[in-house]
Amino acid sequence: MAIEAGVAAPSPARLHVARLSPWWLGAGVLAAVAAALAGLMLGPVGIPPLAVVRELVGLESGLTTAEAAILREIRLPRAILGLLVGATLSVSGAAYQGVFRNPLADPYLLGAAAGAGLGVTITIIGTAASAPTPVSAPIAAFAGALGAVALTYALGAAGGSRLSTGSLILAGVAVTSFLTAVQTYAQQRSQDTIRQVYSWILGRLSTSGWHEVLLLLPYAIVTMVVVIAYRRVLDVLAVGDDEAATLGIDARRSRLVVVVAASLGTAAAVSVSGLIGFVGIIVPHTLRLLAGGSHRVILPLSILFGAAFLALADLLARMLSSPAEIPIGVVTAFFGAPFFVLVLRAARRRGAL
Amino acid sequence: MTGPAILCRGLSVELGGNRILDGVDLEVAAGEWLCVVGPNGAGKSTLLRVIAGLVRGAGALELLGRSAAGLSRRQRAQRIALVPQSPLVPPGVSVADYVLLGRTPHIRSLAVEGPADLAAVHDALAYLDLLDLAARVVTTLSGGERQRVLIARALAQEAPILLLDEPTTALDVGHQQQVLELVDRLRRDHGLTVVSTMHDLILAGQYAERLALLNAGRVVVEGAGADVLTEANLARYYGARVRIVHDAGIPVVLPVRDVPRTTISAEPRGPAGPSWKP
Repeated sequence: MAIEAGVAAPSPARLHVARLSPWWLGAGVLAAVAAALAGLMLGPVGIPPLAVVRELVGLESGLTTAEAAILREIRLPRAILGLLVGATLSVSGAAYQGVFRNPLADPYLLGAAAGAGLGVTITIIGTAASAPTPVSAPIAAFAGALGAVALTYALGAAGGSRLSTGSLILAGVAVTSFLTAVQTYAQQRSQDTIRQVYSWILGRLSTSGWHEVLLLLPYAIVTMVVVIAYRRVLDVLAVGDDEAATLGIDARRSRLVVVVAASLGTAAAVSVSGLIGFVGIIVPHTLRLLAGGSHRVILPLSILFGAAFLALADLLARMLSSPAEIPIGVVTAFFGAPFFVLVLRAARRRGAL
Repeated sequence: MTGPAILCRGLSVELGGNRILDGVDLEVAAGEWLCVVGPNGAGKSTLLRVIAGLVRGAGALELLGRSAAGLSRRQRAQRIALVPQSPLVPPGVSVADYVLLGRTPHIRSLAVEGPADLAAVHDALAYLDLLDLAARVVTTLSGGERQRVLIARALAQEAPILLLDEPTTALDVGHQQQVLELVDRLRRDHGLTVVSTMHDLILAGQYAERLALLNAGRVVVEGAGADVLTEANLARYYGARVRIVHDAGIPVVLPVRDVPRTTISAEPRGPAGPSWKP
């Protein structure tokens, strides 16, 4: 069938279709770079921005050996880790909100947080009370998070042959409650480890060199690449599974691919940073309100602004009561919760909820 | 095109243990408009859904001479466009973006649209006189405009078969006519095969070339409007008391009441209104 409409109206190129504008892309890059730079400059030892840049690109910076070491071996890995965790959590959150067509979805919707929490708790309890958090904690968190999501999927599928978003979300609620109950029980049984478990659950970006960055990097890249590749498919899924099917999209398979990718990234992020809440909700929602609702806009911008947001939150966590550190989960929730209320109000006014 | 656009042989569907379709035999010629009518629960929407591939059924289904079972989801979407009765319109989506969704089966799975897709969207908008609304948010449109946007999405899909599930339900009589005239023009201009379900039997008789009356999951009567829309058929399958009058050869279904209207308010009302004296 060919459409023969002989009209001399606006050309196809001027049709208003959702695209990521270069302006927003530039703003996102700028925000991420600025937040990282601030994290590199500020701290107990101040380093001027020009010296930071010169040192990083290998020019003569005039920094002392100690300052250069602080910059390269402490602040740089931590800043990069903040960027990566923020980018991964917020793009995963945006992806979850898309596949579940639910504005309240976050990367922990299917039980990733509770699973990671349980894994870490068991690992910490299993070691001597006085010992530092064991090196196997990240692995336990990663396995716990992925195991919980897999359990949720299995339960959701068992509820019926049609794996609807509703049954998945309910299965996620059940798995989260169950694993949290087990974790609380285990924690109560060995109270001497509560502090350690607690500090992990509140989230922290502490690094020992580049170890955590290297651990997270491959997963973060896979998550970002897969989720971005599905940006147009996620827009199609917004019209519902049935209509997506009449447009040639297999909603269930697409949802599985995106959820697996997002969960992988989330599990990896949780394993190196603990449970950092709200990033996966605040960042995508703010972008949705400001830059438009298409996933082609939200997903790439979530990566950039999520990275910037968490790098900035980490800076605040380090600076606000220096030399002590506030857990970063407290910072994101403290700024996130009130903000979230505003987002909800705005969404209701727009009739989106 | 030779052969029927849609061919159903013994098509059956069971949902939750209930037999919704029970051996439907149906042939729709290329370029024809077939309207599926029938009482509530007869299986009309399910018939459209099984043709569109949204529910699985037993029996044989051929689309444009190829067995539907051998078609991928994407190939099927290139052949059939479905305008659902109550579509899920995401908030904040512009008309142009929404119509662009119709191009999905033509865009490689992880790619984005090219100039040809934008041209198709543009042509569909132009054809349906929607270019001025292209930047508007779909959820803010009126019912009639929205129905046109849905048809534009189906048109951009460039599928030779168009399925319409109750396309006029939420519209007033003027917009009903406008939408159906549009579908008829579309069918003639683009050689589309149209299958629609319709509750309004008058409109069904006026627009469709052929009707299929579905009852309890079976096609019980099939043919031209005058053959299907008879007083006997409507009494038997709808349990309806109607009189058929003919307007320029087209049957018009007129519901009638057994009880004369005057018996209900037999007492003439006085100027002071009804009195309720015991």
